[in-house]
Amino acid sequence: MDMLISGAEMLMRFDVLLALLIGSVGGVIIGAIPGVGPAVAIAILLPATFAMPPLVGLTMLLGIYGSSMFGGSLPAILINTPGTAVNALTTYDGHPMTKKGEALRALGLAYGASFFGGILSIIALILLSPVLAKIAPMFGSREIFLAALLGIVLVIIAHRGQTFAAGMLAAFGIFLHTVGLEPVKYTMRFTFGMDWLNSGFDLIVVVLGLFALSQAFLLLIEPESAPQTQRIEGSMGRAMMGVLRHKRVASVAAGFGVLMGMIPGVGEFTAQFLSYTYAQKTSKDPDLFGKGSPEGLIASEAANNAVPAAAMIPLLALGIPGEALTAMMLSVFYVHNVIPGPQLFQSKLDFVYALYIAMILLNIIVVVFMLISSNWLLKIIRIPTRFLGLMILVLSFVGVYSLRNSIVDCAIAAGFGVLGLILKRQNLPVVPIVLGMVLGGIMETKLRSAMARVKVPIDFFDRPIAAILGLAIICLIIGHFIGLYRERQNREPDSDHDMHDTFQR
Amino acid sequence: MATKRNPEPARALLARAGVRMTRVIHTKNFQELFKRYRRPGDLAFATLFFALSIGLLICLPSQTDWVKRTKTFAQPAFWPMISIALMAVFSMFHLLGSLVSERIEGRWLEVWQWIRSLEYALWFMAYVMLVPVIGYLPATIAFTCVLALRLGYRGWRWMLICTVFSIAVVVLFKSFLQVKIPAGLIYEAAPAPFRAILMTYF
Repeated sequence: MDMLISGAEMLMRFDVLLALLIGSVGGVIIGAIPGVGPAVAIAILLPATFAMPPLVGLTMLLGIYGSSMFGGSLPAILINTPGTAVNALTTYDGHPMTKKGEALRALGLAYGASFFGGILSIIALILLSPVLAKIAPMFGSREIFLAALLGIVLVIIAHRGQTFAAGMLAAFGIFLHTVGLEPVKYTMRFTFGMDWLNSGFDLIVVVLGLFALSQAFLLLIEPESAPQTQRIEGSMGRAMMGVLRHKRVASVAAGFGVLMGMIPGVGEFTAQFLSYTYAQKTSKDPDLFGKGSPEGLIASEAANNAVPAAAMIPLLALGIPGEALTAMMLSVFYVHNVIPGPQLFQSKLDFVYALYIAMILLNIIVVVFMLISSNWLLKIIRIPTRFLGLMILVLSFVGVYSLRNSIVDCAIAAGFGVLGLILKRQNLPVVPIVLGMVLGGIMETKLRSAMARVKVPIDFFDRPIAAILGLAIICLIIGHFIGLYRERQNREPDSDHDMHDTFQR
Repeated sequence: MATKRNPEPARALLARAGVRMTRVIHTKNFQELFKRYRRPGDLAFATLFFALSIGLLICLPSQTDWVKRTKTFAQPAFWPMISIALMAVFSMFHLLGSLVSERIEGRWLEVWQWIRSLEYALWFMAYVMLVPVIGYLPATIAFTCVLALRLGYRGWRWMLICTVFSIAVVVLFKSFLQVKIPAGLIYEAAPAPFRAILMTYF
């Protein structure tokens, strides 16, 4: 309890609260604009946050991360275009409700479910934190190596139907991390004698290229579009309360969100898929799903908004990011010499609680903002897409150039921008590259230190958590092949691959 | 006159047909194993990525070192080797999947779209080059206005929007958040009282 109060005190500073406000409101606006998304915004703002104190920088980024999905549901429901990729499922039931003249109800349910999912997941995690503080020290080098490996395996097999692509891109990410001067034996790796490659590929430069610049290029080469919308009339507050009539679905969806968010490499899509399936199977009116079911809408929104808080768990407790956005946040920690991992939960539990309280506050700020600003947001989402591309280009420059004032960095980011554009147009995932880069670095360091105490290979698994993680990796790989075999036996059609549109995250 | 059928050739014929059918089924299954969801240009990307993997694999001995008296997993070449090997294996299967799937029209049109994006990469680099010379604010205004014209946003209203947007970005990042962007060379020529303000805030 003392830690909780101490965490709350850390937040009671003007700069932290201002950062939270800017992050939360900015996140909603960014999330509401189709084609931008939180990844683009976080990538751009990342270098700017390096100059801020860690809690200020992190609360701003958390604000964007946690609130963008609220904003993303607005265009998903009104114009059938998800603001962020994770709002794709919201279009299934949200837009049909709009067509039936229930736009206000749909928006209210989406905001209410998002709030419900967000708050429930944070409460669950605050209660879980002392347990995590006890478990985290059991993670030594080998356990962290195995957890990182598990993250890589999960990110590959989670892209069902694109496993080979996800595998080659994750391996490419690991390779990118190895380029440059190797820090132990001081040898050069894949520099081809060129000085500019000596320092390797900076994660932020790659992220800015893959997420922000690629999105700008994509918008610039595609035909112009500026969606038309109509005003929403009525009481948003009353519409939001509608979610209380579906508490069971919202709670279960939030539960799936928490569970899936905690597992590295899984994230929102799996949580949404599970909660949507659960909601449909237990519904009194399953035929309405996909045609404007309030339960479907709630399942989708409560699940995706429960993930951000949970995704902070592997990041804070083990230093392992589960997806691209937390991978970006990891660099903020490193810049400020706050090393996430078991020690953080032991020595700075108040800092962890401060982040959770910040997430509760951001949910409240966002809900209040949404109550009064939906019609205003509708004007913003009408920015012509090619002009939006131009804006992203200008903002990306700040992100890349302010890092080291390096023209080479900008050229590398532009190169990755083109690669990102190709991947997006091919509907291939970008996230494995980023996770490969981050987890590759962790695996290299941790394997080296772990193997120093290992005499025979089986020693690697002689501790309980290492054994469990090793077993989980083997079971997942075997399970994946069994799943593929059954799929072929049942001649199931390919699942909806557009669900793998992870590029906007 | 009806001829009596010889059972031996018929059986042999059936056996041959059976073998052929089995082959067809096997081939079909093999193809279906690797068939996947694709978009136009998939083969081009799969080929390029596989070629990159093989190129890196060939360069592996010359671009990494194998140090004496060091265990395998601590070798500088260990992780590049693992990652490139995985890249090669996965990209080979990805390419195989592309080759055995039915062709989708529009491959070269798609590749043209990729090439088109290079134009905007060059615009971006031109902006990057311009900033240290003419300064962040003038370069941003010039870049947004010229690119807006290139994109077809004509008229004073769009130029005003571009200028306001540029000023907002510069004020937010350079003046307020103080991000590290060097002052333009031409600021040196500004009168002394303004020089410091221009260099610090714009």
